[in-house]
Amino acid sequence: MTPKTASAPQAAQTPATLAGAEVLMRALVEQGVEVIFGYPGGAVLPIYDALFRQKEIRHILVRHEQAAVHAAEAYARSTGKVGVVLVTSGPGATNAVTGLLDALMDSIPLVCLSGQVPTALIGNDAFQEADTTGITRPVTKYNYLVRRPEDLAKTVHEAFAIARSGRPGPVLIDLPKNITVGDAPYVTAEQTKPRTSKVRTEPDHDAVAQAVAALKNAKRPLFYTGGGIINSGPQACEGLRKLARITGFPVTSTLMGLGAFPATDKQFLGMLGMHGTYEANLATHGCDVLVALGSRFDDRVTGRLDAFSPDSFKIHVDIDPSQINKIIHVDLPIVGDVGRTIELMLAEWEKQTPYAHEADLAQWWQQIEAWRALDCLRFKQDQAADAVIKPQKAIQRIYELARETGRETYVSTEVGQHQMWAAQFFKFDEPNRWLTSGGLGTMGYGLPAAVGAQVAHPNALVLDIAGEASTLMNVQELGTIAQYRLPVKLFIINNHYMGMVRQWQELLHGSRYSESYSDALPDFIKLAESFHAKGLRATRLDELDSVIREALEHDGPVVVDLCVAEGENCFPMIPSGAAHNEMILGPEQEERGAEVTREGMMLV
Amino acid sequence: MQQEAPGSAVISLLVDNESGALARIIGLFSGRGYNIRSLTVAPVDEHSLVSRVNIVTTGTLADIRQIKAQIERLTPVSRAVDLSSAGPHVAREMALIKVVSSGESRTEALRIADAFRARAVDTTASSFVFELTGSSDKLDSFIELMRPLGLAEVSRTGIAAICRGPQTIQNP
Repeated sequence: MTPKTASAPQAAQTPATLAGAEVLMRALVEQGVEVIFGYPGGAVLPIYDALFRQKEIRHILVRHEQAAVHAAEAYARSTGKVGVVLVTSGPGATNAVTGLLDALMDSIPLVCLSGQVPTALIGNDAFQEADTTGITRPVTKYNYLVRRPEDLAKTVHEAFAIARSGRPGPVLIDLPKNITVGDAPYVTAEQTKPRTSKVRTEPDHDAVAQAVAALKNAKRPLFYTGGGIINSGPQACEGLRKLARITGFPVTSTLMGLGAFPATDKQFLGMLGMHGTYEANLATHGCDVLVALGSRFDDRVTGRLDAFSPDSFKIHVDIDPSQINKIIHVDLPIVGDVGRTIELMLAEWEKQTPYAHEADLAQWWQQIEAWRALDCLRFKQDQAADAVIKPQKAIQRIYELARETGRETYVSTEVGQHQMWAAQFFKFDEPNRWLTSGGLGTMGYGLPAAVGAQVAHPNALVLDIAGEASTLMNVQELGTIAQYRLPVKLFIINNHYMGMVRQWQELLHGSRYSESYSDALPDFIKLAESFHAKGLRATRLDELDSVIREALEHDGPVVVDLCVAEGENCFPMIPSGAAHNEMILGPEQEERGAEVTREGMMLV
Repeated sequence: MQQEAPGSAVISLLVDNESGALARIIGLFSGRGYNIRSLTVAPVDEHSLVSRVNIVTTGTLADIRQIKAQIERLTPVSRAVDLSSAGPHVAREMALIKVVSSGESRTEALRIADAFRARAVDTTASSFVFELTGSSDKLDSFIELMRPLGLAEVSRTGIAAICRGPQTIQNP
């Protein structure tokens, strides 16, 4: 391409024209992008060339496009910024689909740039052509195919605005090769008027006043908080802490909301839902005012719908109006930013007459303490030196020993039993530290997520609490970890089973363990070593602490094979189709799984 | 929580006229298991930048609210109104109806068409094509009456709908 030699006055009036790929780089820099996770290919070669010739943006080369998206998700979740992904056309784009849906379900802001064949070839079954906008339409918040050079810069600015505004989500831009090779004008975000999510951030003040009036009348109140608080930002988490403090009300959280409220606070009841704590679920069932803050009544949370929190006045604060009354009919919906709503609630709480049900609240807490005294997360660990390690014990010790280091710690997980145990035993006191695939439940999320978190926080301690089956779903990312010397600690809770599948087969399908055994596993130590990482293993209780310590102290990537008890089940558990007050607390009640109805079995 | 019988509703949208906008709306209906009974779409502004979409769907009041909320989330949708609950509205549909018959049936078809103010827009010795505009119910009854009289083919547009009175979709 020959440089433009337009005369100075002309250049001042018409927008600067550059190669499309350079326009793209400039737009990304203007949007504050520092890191891109991606994988090159034919259709994105011009973009990779432009990347090569600039200094502002760093590119992290993953080993599979799905991993690029998960890494960008963790980058976004742990920093509050928009994650950026770059993939090629055809298989590059289709490999990104799982990650995009994962981000959509968990409301993670992403921009995914995909290559496309030249516009003249679209529709001709060209090499590596896919109808990417067609395929990704249901898995993105919005997507684009850039057909005209003059739309390029504007589209990038708008994509970022849509990804981060309102309820965040992934946005894809499909970039035909002639658009990135050919010239395009550059316009700044200010010069364009990007559409954003049509969103109402300011809640209705009367509704907030009504909500606070309901709180003032509550005798058995409960805050049910979700990932929306973390998306709203640090001030929302701060607001929630203040709200809990001045009201003295108990707080429970969804899987996605963990960390928004300190897990070590005595007002925190733990996670609610299918594998939530006894106290959180019974409080949800028994409360008289339930305040849902940035949570969406997911089926893992509600259990049997007609028995969900049957006697409560329900208040639902959400920025997405389509979440209101979607699953549970609420008495007082409030559409708006949850952080702003909490701020208004705090002011309103001071304004209205003082809370007058202290005695009832004390009695409610007494009831909660009685439930808590049941110690629903207890497990039996044989204390002999050569005893088999219980998976709960392993995760508990990872938490305790990581905490002892005093380092800023980020935890990703895969999906299954280990994920639920991590949610139960790892106590997060800060938001944005917990990286897990909640809505979609994507096995193979954790290792690439650890990549993204470690890239975003190079000096932090980043752990992936994983299962052996999930690890193998994106195990190639050990290559990325090695290339960028990311000191990620991968703890494999190895029970030789797809544990959650095995647990359901035991409870619901007569212990017929159909295809859930992890046969022919690799030697994880040798696997680690072949990827230039340290490999460690613990098989007996007396090895557990020393192996975890050694892993945490090592200044580099470590794969830890923690061989744990194979038959352990994750409790407490609300069986499918059951209500919150019908929990299975431990192995002694397992036969209740057999009572699950056919309707319950269909609920998965 | 009141459970009512499912009814039908007319949802009217204003949509940025961009490629994929209609696919987004239809995909939302099929992906979330909503029903589309009829769908009309055409540009309505002078520069063809905005299209109006009229969708007839079915469900309980809560279903319809959820459908509307889901549609409103779509980036190219600038306006979504449930005309059925926004107030009185007019909904009209056009149909082309082919009747092939002779003798007594042929005269009877013509007589009924006249009563319905249907226009014969094509006539041969053995067939008529009637053009009929009106509410969907009116079209249904006309088609039912034509069935024994040699009804051969039906082509319907689906409804176009608009609020009664000075209110508009922008200010319902």
